[in-house]
Amino acid sequence: MANVHQFDVVVVGAGGAGLMAGLYASRTAKTAVISKLYPTRSHTGAAQGGISAALGNYEEDKPEWHMYDTVKGSDYLGDQDAIEFMCNEAIDAVLELEHMGLPFDRTPEGKISQRPFGGHTNNETGKPVRRAAHAADRTGHMILQTLYQQCLKNKVNFFDEYQVLDFIMVNGRAAGVVAVELATGELHTIHAKAVVFATGGHGRIFEVTSNAYAYTGDGAAILLRRGIPLEDMEFFQFHPTGIYKLGILITEGVRGEGGVLLNGNGERFMPKYAPTVKDLASRDVVSRAIYTEIKEGRGINGSNYVYLDIRPESVNKYAAVDGRTNPDGSPYTITADTVLKKIPDIVDFCRVYLGVDPVTQVMPIQPTAHYTMGGIPTNKYGEVVIDDRNTIFPGLYAAGECACVSVHGANRLGTNSLLDIVVFGKHAGLKAAEYAQSADFETLPGEVEADARSAFEALRNGSKKENAFDLSNELKKVMFDDVGIYRSEKGMAEALDKVRELKERFKDVGVTDTGKIFNTELLNAWELGNLLDIAETVAMSALNRKESRGGHSREDYPERDDGSWLKHTLIAQKDGKLEISYKPVVITKHQPKARVY
Amino acid sequence: MEVTVKIFRYNPEKDQRGNYVTYKVEAHENDRVLDVLEYIKGKEDGTLSFRRSCAHGICGSDAMRINGRNMLACKVLIRDVGTNITVEPLLGLKISKDLIVDMEPFFDNYKKVLPYFINDSPLPEDGRERLQSPEERARFDETTKCILCAACTTSCPSYWANGEYYGPAAIVTAHRFIFDSRDEAAGERLQILAETDGVARCHTAYNCTEACPREIKITRAIGEVKMAMTTGKLD
Repeated sequence: MANVHQFDVVVVGAGGAGLMAGLYASRTAKTAVISKLYPTRSHTGAAQGGISAALGNYEEDKPEWHMYDTVKGSDYLGDQDAIEFMCNEAIDAVLELEHMGLPFDRTPEGKISQRPFGGHTNNETGKPVRRAAHAADRTGHMILQTLYQQCLKNKVNFFDEYQVLDFIMVNGRAAGVVAVELATGELHTIHAKAVVFATGGHGRIFEVTSNAYAYTGDGAAILLRRGIPLEDMEFFQFHPTGIYKLGILITEGVRGEGGVLLNGNGERFMPKYAPTVKDLASRDVVSRAIYTEIKEGRGINGSNYVYLDIRPESVNKYAAVDGRTNPDGSPYTITADTVLKKIPDIVDFCRVYLGVDPVTQVMPIQPTAHYTMGGIPTNKYGEVVIDDRNTIFPGLYAAGECACVSVHGANRLGTNSLLDIVVFGKHAGLKAAEYAQSADFETLPGEVEADARSAFEALRNGSKKENAFDLSNELKKVMFDDVGIYRSEKGMAEALDKVRELKERFKDVGVTDTGKIFNTELLNAWELGNLLDIAETVAMSALNRKESRGGHSREDYPERDDGSWLKHTLIAQKDGKLEISYKPVVITKHQPKARVY
Repeated sequence: MEVTVKIFRYNPEKDQRGNYVTYKVEAHENDRVLDVLEYIKGKEDGTLSFRRSCAHGICGSDAMRINGRNMLACKVLIRDVGTNITVEPLLGLKISKDLIVDMEPFFDNYKKVLPYFINDSPLPEDGRERLQSPEERARFDETTKCILCAACTTSCPSYWANGEYYGPAAIVTAHRFIFDSRDEAAGERLQILAETDGVARCHTAYNCTEACPREIKITRAIGEVKMAMTTGKLD
């Protein structure tokens, strides 16, 4: 072990959650942040529409409404103590970002500007409320840049382009991580008292996705292999509006600004499915509506996509129909300039990838795999909890998309992801530093890098009968087709078999690159191993849950079943096999009721 | 359609110097150049190395020279570059392997311009946001778009000539703070940029503006910084 580094806290991942954890932990503890990417490449930067907080900068809003909307959005699977905590922290979290210099758009009075988003409502009138604080349509980019900049200002220690490979546990406590430095291929041991995983989601198990190549579920897969359970893995969000075929995200903010969805007959179809908030219903509801239109033959030219329309004349027409008004009571209208100013990146994406100008043309869209609701189970302080009694694993923390607090339950509300990373990243960092103050370093065992080394050796010495690129494509296709927006017993059982077959075939993958420097072939193959392990937990958890709830929609069990299934799934590896158990949902203020938008 | 892709290859563990390897692959006109590179890596030659992540032009990982111009491989389609494509690493940074260059000098320059918000005055008493008018916010909107992909800096002849020059990307970042009405360190940043390796090395070649995948008018931003330096005014 030539390369051993010692830190009180090591944070794995440098997106919003990891940077926030690093920033807060480093105030009182010697902290390192390691990431397989340069921090500014993290996927937080792809988030577009906004971060929610009941600032009330345009009209009345309350954290209690934000809480109720989030509980309802979660289809009652979210833990209400954690949701209440997040929504109460939201206002200060957004103001703190502003104080760090984040360039939010502004109201005429100079306050942070906010826009409507799916499922954000005034609980008394049921009407949309402007809660999503935004910086054009690059809010995530600005959060990522701002937090990275603040970390530089505060001299946080970064290990850029270090891929985490293993979690070290000694005597049932966290003791650090093993990582590989991409530029040299050298293994490094980061010996730490506390470890924070902030490694993001795993959308790359699906064929059509808005997620980055980097989204391979590394942290969750590593902990799964070390016996830590994963929670609610069956719940994955399909965002309604991805660019047709490519899956690139088109923010819900487009509908927030007045955009509408149209089917092949040119009809605005959302009022049929969500009479009150229409195009601004929750994401799972809108994605299913799109698929129903397609299935019933009303896709564009009978094909598997529909149109999103933000052309000013359409927006103004439907805004008049809906009676939408400005804060001063005048009718809501937009111009071409509004489109260019409010959603400049969307305009750019459409021009580059589709050759379509959204100011004058409609955008072909289809639902795209977008967000991991499940993940590493934590409490509201980011502490990893490993069973149905919420027993804390000492020294281990998780935050952001890789974690399951659970504030998103069965379906995440738009803009709550950016809020999640800021709030829980901060608390995970604080808790990790606090723990490190009182804990001692565990003594590292001699062979701490052995498992990471042998995983690499297996990939280097594989028979090469199988090709990682092909296996990856087969995995993505079967998961998207059979464990996607609509699911059924037969399809999921076949998908699970297929994933297990792919796991077997993965043993015959062999990388051709024998070098050490930037061996990206080896790393991609290792990531595929993570995707396969994660996909198995997703398919198995989904097959097991015999109801429909939020992002988990079963054709054979179309109704939500609170009697049997108002509970979290835990899935864990025991003796080489996956086992499922359950954990109760925390319900405080809002009893489950039918979910109508 | 068949696409011919000529790629610069260099493996420091084997090669004395780089060479070009040509691959012929099937592609669709709407494929990204990145999709083609992924296909070559996946099916033809696993050793081909390049960085990528988001695949839609927002993370800044995959800046490279495509047909002689700096672009993001994920933000340019085959229909835009044709069926004969040459792909090379960025100029001006040391090649680590194939299309991967050493980004450390680039980020070192970024760090020199105090790339973070500085305002040590007390926060508003009510704990709310610092106010900023929409016009004040618009003043620096363009330079907030930067994704640090390095396409600009590595297209700049002055940077090729002298790697100590902070380069366009660092100045874009400085601009974003200098013209932010809430920030209080414009003077300090202007002083840094007035040093020998600051804005004086910009000779308005416009390469940076043409290379920027975010369409930031970089040369103009540098000009505004120079102007602020001369006049002492930030409007």
